[in-house]
Amino acid sequence: MKVMNMVQAITDGLDLMLTEDKNVVVYGEDVGVEGGVFRVTEGLQVKHGAGRVFDSPLAESGIAGTALGMAVAGMRPVIEMQFDGFVFPAMNQIISHVARFRNRTRGKFSVPMVIRIPYGGGINALEHHSESPEAYFGHTPGLKVVIPSTPYDAKGLLIAAIEDPDPVIYLEPKRIYRAIKQEVPEEKYSIEIGKAKVVNYGEHITVVAYGAMIREVQKAIVLAKEKGISVELIDLRTIWPIDRDTIRESLRKTGRLLVVTEAPQSYGPAAEIISIATEEAFLSLEAPPTRLTGFDTVIPLPLGEKYYMLTPPRIFHEIEKLVRY
Amino acid sequence: MFDLQTLDKYKPIDDKMYQVMDKDGKVIIKNWKTGLSEDDLVQAYKDLLFERTADQMAISYQRQGRMFTYPPNLGQEAIHIASGKVIKAEDWLVPAFRELGAWLAKGVSLWEIFLYFKGHEDGSKFLNAARMLPVSVPIASQLLHAVGLAYAMKYKGEEAAVFGYVGDGGTSEGDFHEALNFAAVWDVPVVFVVQNNQFAISVPLKMQTRSKNLALKGLAYDVDSVLVDGNDFLAMHDVLAFAREHVLKKKRPFLIEARTYRRGAHTTSDDPTKYRSKEEEEHWAELDPAARLQSYLVSKKLWDPKDEEALIAGYKKFIDSEFDKAEAYPDYKLEDVFGFMYQEMPVELKRQMNNYQNFMNLEGAQK
Repeated sequence: MKVMNMVQAITDGLDLMLTEDKNVVVYGEDVGVEGGVFRVTEGLQVKHGAGRVFDSPLAESGIAGTALGMAVAGMRPVIEMQFDGFVFPAMNQIISHVARFRNRTRGKFSVPMVIRIPYGGGINALEHHSESPEAYFGHTPGLKVVIPSTPYDAKGLLIAAIEDPDPVIYLEPKRIYRAIKQEVPEEKYSIEIGKAKVVNYGEHITVVAYGAMIREVQKAIVLAKEKGISVELIDLRTIWPIDRDTIRESLRKTGRLLVVTEAPQSYGPAAEIISIATEEAFLSLEAPPTRLTGFDTVIPLPLGEKYYMLTPPRIFHEIEKLVRY
Repeated sequence: MFDLQTLDKYKPIDDKMYQVMDKDGKVIIKNWKTGLSEDDLVQAYKDLLFERTADQMAISYQRQGRMFTYPPNLGQEAIHIASGKVIKAEDWLVPAFRELGAWLAKGVSLWEIFLYFKGHEDGSKFLNAARMLPVSVPIASQLLHAVGLAYAMKYKGEEAAVFGYVGDGGTSEGDFHEALNFAAVWDVPVVFVVQNNQFAISVPLKMQTRSKNLALKGLAYDVDSVLVDGNDFLAMHDVLAFAREHVLKKKRPFLIEARTYRRGAHTTSDDPTKYRSKEEEEHWAELDPAARLQSYLVSKKLWDPKDEEALIAGYKKFIDSEFDKAEAYPDYKLEDVFGFMYQEMPVELKRQMNNYQNFMNLEGAQK
């Protein structure tokens, strides 16, 4: 075991897979010499060579489209979109081809590739550097979408994503890249895609969240505990395919649901989770399933971000309202 | 034959087009020699006639309501047949959607093509063409796949080239430019073939670009590029054969603009009389690739047009039998909708499929 933050855990996972499988290549903008703008690929080019870890021209559609070609030929490309807001030029490739190639060719060709995207706000960034685009990917048939919330999960989910026979969108909550340190095994392990995790057991209410919001909810849980409210927290970990079982089991126990996402509200992941809750646990519900999400606005520039970002007191406020309902 | 010196002579910047024969099939280059045997030349013409016959019959199946939207190939077959003669089994073919003769040469069965255009994904499996990608509808997006494949060939040390196809309209798409640039920066063996058939559905080339030709677009990316008469089988074969050798030897991309004309509609849903003149159509009919190759072969005493009728009658029988195979293909099943989205079907998809199946199993349900 070694204490790592999330960046180090992802680097470690990439390094391990580059070492183990010659078909793995890592590329994107600035990932080679510079080691990525967040240093996720630091040292990997020196260790594995410029044929396997390299800079691409600055064109996201090109990065995604070429990776599909490599994957079809039996390679396992792990590509980086430098920021959440820069993935949009690649959406045609991702939605029209990456997600569909297996189906279009009835399984003759598969696309085992991973698209890594640092995402989310709270880092005082320029516009287009703080987006939460997970709904677009979760809404696209043919993709899998994972989001780690800890260094341990980051490495395990990354390895699972690289070994997966289908394309995986791997979203990295950049706000907590270096905020959490944790013991991470140096050897290989993976976390099953499609399985949520109960990170806090409780009796009165279920909170579902993922990514950077897990840490905020955990702070709210401390506030709730002071008021005698016991909260069960589910870290979704996979946005799609979504784990209905864990959500259902928890709701049968607590009867109350709050979903916390940084992404805008309308047609978002929170709506999906609440639909599942009503389908699966309607008779157990004792309060309306509720969502606390980002506004249906553009995420503001740094000076306005304080209004948008979800804080532990706001999360606690919703928890308390639901428990008193 | 086309070589490095010829490449140097036909500079896109001078708008010079490589051409071996004139509109009457007469060779216009002094001391020109083909790389093909007499048998190959005759076979190429037969293949062209086969493509043309299959294409015409596909349109009539569509008109009879037995097949859905189909993109005709009439007028562009020389490019496809020359490609078929050059592309080897180990090479990758990355199609757009109008390269019928090249697909057949790669090993695709006609019944698969019919099945695809009848509306079944199984028609994209191409059981005997391992290294061919499916038809790509989003324009020019497939060229990036070609570059990725070429990177993989280089990475794995395989001596194989990639051939990526696109139309004139596709050269306006960002992916076209990204593909040329990535290929050049990464030094990979890919041949880009632009079938410039003068129209992107209804939009003429002059509304598409102010570039005096499309081969020019390769130069800024340091991609060797040449403009060829796409209705001249001999010229197309020369250039494609050179291009394959060139990209493999140099591990560099190559761009071919094949100037041609789509004599038919964009697809069976389109009416070209709305956007082009009879005069223009007649002009290009005189440059038809089949007639030119036929004249060449006749002048070399390799072909007797009298033989064509019987040959085509035989083709028609075969093509009908292939269409019968497509029509006799097993029914589309519910599992076919869900079964190929992922290697292993996720629980959520099973749930959705089972819900539908349960509804279908209800007695008296409105189905």
